[in-house]
Amino acid sequence: MNNSVEIKNLDLEFGTVKVLQNLNLDIGAGEFLVLLGSSGCGKSTLLNCIAGLLDVSAGQIHIKGTNVTWAEPSERGIGMVFQSYALYPQMTVEGNLSFGLKNAGLAKTEIAARIKRAAEILQIEPLLKRKPAALSGGQRQRVAIGRALVRDVDVFLFDEPLSNLDAKLRADLRVEIKRLHQNLKNTMIYVTHDQIEAMTLADRIAIMRDGKIMQLGSPDEIYGRPINKYVAGFIGSPSMNFLEGELSDGLFEVGGVSIPMAGYEFASTATTSGGATLGIRPEHVVTGELVVNAPFQTDVTIDLIEPTGSDTLVDCEFAGGRFRVRMDGQAKVSVGDTIRLGIDPARASLFDRDTELRL
Amino acid sequence: MADVTRYALTGPQGPKPRRTFSRRNIFLYGTLIMVALYYALPLYVMVVTSMKGMPEIRLGNVFSPPVEVTFAPWVKAWSEACTGLTCDGLSTGFWNSVRITIPSVIASIAIASVNGYALANWKFKGADVFFTILIFGAFIPYQVMLYPIVIMLREMGLYGSLTGLVIVHTIFGMPILTLLFRNYFTSLPEELFKAARVDGAGFWGIYFRIMLPMSVPIFTVAVILQVTGIWNDFLFGVVYTRPDSYPMTVALNNIVNSTQGVKEYNVNMAATIITGLVPLTIYFVSGKLFVRGIAAGAVKG
Repeated sequence: MNNSVEIKNLDLEFGTVKVLQNLNLDIGAGEFLVLLGSSGCGKSTLLNCIAGLLDVSAGQIHIKGTNVTWAEPSERGIGMVFQSYALYPQMTVEGNLSFGLKNAGLAKTEIAARIKRAAEILQIEPLLKRKPAALSGGQRQRVAIGRALVRDVDVFLFDEPLSNLDAKLRADLRVEIKRLHQNLKNTMIYVTHDQIEAMTLADRIAIMRDGKIMQLGSPDEIYGRPINKYVAGFIGSPSMNFLEGELSDGLFEVGGVSIPMAGYEFASTATTSGGATLGIRPEHVVTGELVVNAPFQTDVTIDLIEPTGSDTLVDCEFAGGRFRVRMDGQAKVSVGDTIRLGIDPARASLFDRDTELRL
Repeated sequence: MADVTRYALTGPQGPKPRRTFSRRNIFLYGTLIMVALYYALPLYVMVVTSMKGMPEIRLGNVFSPPVEVTFAPWVKAWSEACTGLTCDGLSTGFWNSVRITIPSVIASIAIASVNGYALANWKFKGADVFFTILIFGAFIPYQVMLYPIVIMLREMGLYGSLTGLVIVHTIFGMPILTLLFRNYFTSLPEELFKAARVDGAGFWGIYFRIMLPMSVPIFTVAVILQVTGIWNDFLFGVVYTRPDSYPMTVALNNIVNSTQGVKEYNVNMAATIITGLVPLTIYFVSGKLFVRGIAAGAVKG
């Protein structure tokens, strides 16, 4: 019995709309699980179900081995952090932190001790007497995390906690949340639409779409071996190049070009021919001196250049479609240049054209 | 550091100059002043007339200021003017109105705010049906319900008493106030409510500790709506009370419309101003809060 949160056959319907369908998910104790998906995929809804803020239509939710499907949010042993911080505006920071503890009927000394500890961990001691309106966005979110922290719970739920912050603050707080998890070793379930947050924070990522989990795996697995075309396109920035072609006897043919697929690990041996989509990440295309080692090489002409400082993104036409390549930021290229590309099929992904599943 | 250069500029630069007496300004302020005068004039006439003696009024110069300022009409209106059989002015009616208004306002707002809170945040079964029925109630003309309510109050033994009138006012305030509060509570961030639930607060805990402190603007609006509405009510007052418990509006009507003797315009004017003073004061005191509250709660559906 090592699971902290177990979700079994969970359904949720709003009228006729099925938001979650037969969803099963086990989350290990101390695990950092990220629910990732575009808006409307049901990730926040799932989190609200776990928190007990939404009644489920069918199925069960277990937290720490107890069936909490019908339990009140406060009885589930969870703490929740919201995107809009949701701090009580008329209370001071201290009042915000102590509200839940007072409701639980804790002794004053215990409340004070817990607030002190949380304030120390989050470095918000100087702010305790202030009202939320007098805090910056980052400070507010820290207080919101503190409110979950003082509850001394096993499971932390984060509902897009960083989405309202500016880019720099978001990066800072992301690191803080990761450090917090390393120190506290609580189970954390984190909802986001930001793949960078997902990749950097998660032990495992669950990619959701239309109320279902598409793929559940470590960030590495999801990035390296996406289970279908949707996941492949969703993860990675800039996104993966897709080439629509035909697969026959280990050769992928597209727009008059044949790419030998030797070295590609097929998910199953059953399919080796038929319509297929080849996915290649822009950062897995090699250029310059490294090309000579690549199993497949070709020449392309540059259409467009997007320098980002650290990298340079290059747009070109390849095999009758648009193709993006990430080059080093130092590469001296300009529009109209012809460069040589190298592709390694071992790092590419092949999907069935009809089912869009990984081959 | 970059070089600091100042160019010698010619032609238009900086803010565009605007004339005070442009055609636009004259038209705009002219219209505003005209409209303001138009609305202020009746009040002026009332105040001026109420401070004149009867001989002066008979001269017929409605707009001229009083030659001899007298407050006798005000005193008479308050404590001596005859309403039907009794001659103790508006004072009885005023205190009746106070005794009607205060409990009605408190009861209606207390109930409606809880209604609105429950409808906005605790989606119970049948909430939509309940809400629809309540809103429908706002569109039923009062006249239809006048007589049935007379019977109901009589059966309860409350007909003619102030308590009966308070109950009527509380019930009739319910639809619009519930709508007002529901819309306001719906506009508050839902995550606050969720956070409070995670923090273990119950129905009343969230209402008193989280929602109430955030709802000062909408409570102000509700108080203003109810105080003015109930204070100005004539129909319910005249139907559901007896002469000794008539509210101020009914007393005013009886003074102004009494047919025997001379029509004392100055007393009538003074009585009208005194009656209107309560809502007027409330508007002046709470003007800004009122507008803010209306904007916060009433617009969103």
